[in-house]
Amino acid sequence: MTNFRTLLLSASAAALLAGAAFAKSDITVALQLEPPHLDPTSAAAGAIDSVLYSNVFEGLTRFMADGSVVAGLAESWEISDDGLSYTFKLRDGATFHDGSAMDAEDVKFSLDRARAEDSTNAQKALYAGITDVIVMDPMTVKLTLAEANGSMLFNLAWGDAVIVAPESIENIKQMPIGTGAFKFVNWVQGDKIELARNNAYWGDAPALEAATFKFISDPTAAFAAVMAQDVDVFAGFPAPENLPQFEADPRFQVLVGSSEGETILSTNNKMPPFDNVKVRQAVAHAIDRQAIIDGAMFGYGTPIGTHFAPHNPDYVDLTASSTHDPAKAKALLAEAGMADGFETTLHLPPPSYARRGGEIIAAQLAEVGIKAEIINVEWAQWLETVFRGKDFGLTIVSHTEPFDIGIYARPDYYFQYDNPEFQALMKKLNATADPSMRTDMIAQAQTTISQDYVNGYLFQLAFPTVADAKVQGLWENAPTQATDLTGVSWSD
Amino acid sequence: MKTSRNLVIGAALSTLFIAAALISFIWTPFDVTEMNIPSKLQTPNGTNWLGTDHFGRDIFSMIMVGARTSIAVALVAVGIGMGVGVPLGLAAAARQGSLLDEVIMRGNDLVFAFPSLVIAILITAVFGPGAINAIIAIGIFNIPVFARLTRSAALPLWQREFIMAARASGKGNARISMEHILPNVTNLLIVQGTIQFSLGILAEAGLSYVGLGAQPPLPSWGRMLADAQTMVSFAPHLALIPGGAIILTVLGLNLMGDGLRDLLDPRIRVERT
Repeated sequence: MTNFRTLLLSASAAALLAGAAFAKSDITVALQLEPPHLDPTSAAAGAIDSVLYSNVFEGLTRFMADGSVVAGLAESWEISDDGLSYTFKLRDGATFHDGSAMDAEDVKFSLDRARAEDSTNAQKALYAGITDVIVMDPMTVKLTLAEANGSMLFNLAWGDAVIVAPESIENIKQMPIGTGAFKFVNWVQGDKIELARNNAYWGDAPALEAATFKFISDPTAAFAAVMAQDVDVFAGFPAPENLPQFEADPRFQVLVGSSEGETILSTNNKMPPFDNVKVRQAVAHAIDRQAIIDGAMFGYGTPIGTHFAPHNPDYVDLTASSTHDPAKAKALLAEAGMADGFETTLHLPPPSYARRGGEIIAAQLAEVGIKAEIINVEWAQWLETVFRGKDFGLTIVSHTEPFDIGIYARPDYYFQYDNPEFQALMKKLNATADPSMRTDMIAQAQTTISQDYVNGYLFQLAFPTVADAKVQGLWENAPTQATDLTGVSWSD
Repeated sequence: MKTSRNLVIGAALSTLFIAAALISFIWTPFDVTEMNIPSKLQTPNGTNWLGTDHFGRDIFSMIMVGARTSIAVALVAVGIGMGVGVPLGLAAAARQGSLLDEVIMRGNDLVFAFPSLVIAILITAVFGPGAINAIIAIGIFNIPVFARLTRSAALPLWQREFIMAARASGKGNARISMEHILPNVTNLLIVQGTIQFSLGILAEAGLSYVGLGAQPPLPSWGRMLADAQTMVSFAPHLALIPGGAIILTVLGLNLMGDGLRDLLDPRIRVERT
């Protein structure tokens, strides 16, 4: 082994001396969260997609780095005039990593599984409108819908709708078999997941031969790992305060992209006094967004005034309706009969946006007389008490799913916003395919939740990636949770 | 000569931090919860004597109030340890060899056998993080320390003539323990109390560091250290200052404990004469 390494070293030294290109062909990518298992179609954990989306699993359509939706395993499609049926022509030569061909039966199996009654798919609702999946011939599949759905192609691009095979479904959680440019090799739980290039890939072969995903949850350890160059890329670097140091270091490049994470002060709309819109408005005016972005995120983040990503063309800037105005907040509290303020709880999950942001918000709320008791919780506890138990006053969390304004139409969702008008609007939006009408409706939806002050809208989470200066082709933004390595290469 | 120097340095350091804690009740240079984000991460200067943290809070004020948190937690924890441990130790010594003695001392061994910080984490994990639960967790582990010390110091006393005299005059075990044994072990208890006090401060810092001690916005040295962790590389004073405060306080208390032992411990006192 030692001999071999010496040989390698001298070989590379010789190559360098000769001035020859000696491009690295493997990469180590660090992520903060480790997936609980490896089936993106049966769990909400975004960490699964962060490793597997596009690398191992592909859907009929897919997201590109800029958030656009393009053809994936479907080469082309036709939509009927009434918008009720989609006919997909599948990619010729696409095979699963176990060698079996990807055909219309696999598509039918995958989509039927996703929308089945007992399905545990996290985005089941997105596919509920599909009434039937019909196999026309091995390379053609037809989807029929109950009503027209303008976002069907977008919905099919999610990691939850990737195509899996019935033969390999049993062990998918430990041994994922997809159609992507990389195949799964090994998972050392608590440490890393290894992928290798799929030489039978239907599309352009990736430049990398092998990729290792490492999981480093502690921000200090993350900083040390990047500094020591133990990892080549850290996607979603957890400590924004360290980014200026990497930017100043010529060994590294820092990409600060936009994520789909709307970071909000989630408010329990059913719990008094938050059931009063005036109180929620008072909270909104008590918050100083810029102070939170500067204090908690060291300046990385874009202020938002509604639950929508600012980089989306349909975004409406509504930050003006909830400016930092403590005097107005106090007046609103007085109108609501709470001139002396009130006490509530502020549950904070582990990420620094929540823990640090929470301390700042508690201080800002205290200025207008609202005493928010900080309760630091771990994720499991947060899911239990806040998300499922709905036993909270306020909490801070980043909603990282793309185009997730639809959660406001679910009265049983943890913040419990129940507005029939909004629910009707969302229903109408889902049934509309006309782009300009959709834009209007999306704007109306954003305005409605902003005017109802459902939650405190803080900022769009930045997605910082720190990488070796020689790595190219990384996604800067995170339009979906993914670390797409198919276009990544080393520059020398 | 060396003895009194330890005592003087130790007492001076301890007094410094106790004074800072007491003064913080009526005055701190800045409001300790007041955030001033535009002037964050400043190094020590004329306005903010020890600089500002990542929220622009005044570190000097935070150290003062943090001293209060540490001292309060450690003091009450030692109080619990003494309040429960000493009577147990006295009772065990009074009935040496009895079932009561066995039960008490084996119970103590049991508590001793647990790694204390792990159990403290367990207690705060079950009952929720917070200063009160940290106090209870640290306090429980002080009990066997005091119980053992009291018993071992009291046992030889029971063989002494003055105890026999007291017994001859008709006093019961409880009364002898209170009136004759306890005053003779007080010196030792004071010395041990000082040591346990410094360990209590360390334990509180450890619990706060992992997020199980005093909760924000109440400042605590351990949490200041934890918050500073990712910023050490560009703002080292954020970690050095609370770290230094912990070291100096614990050092001061230990020196004072050593000094007091030299001064008060009857065994050493006897050797010297």
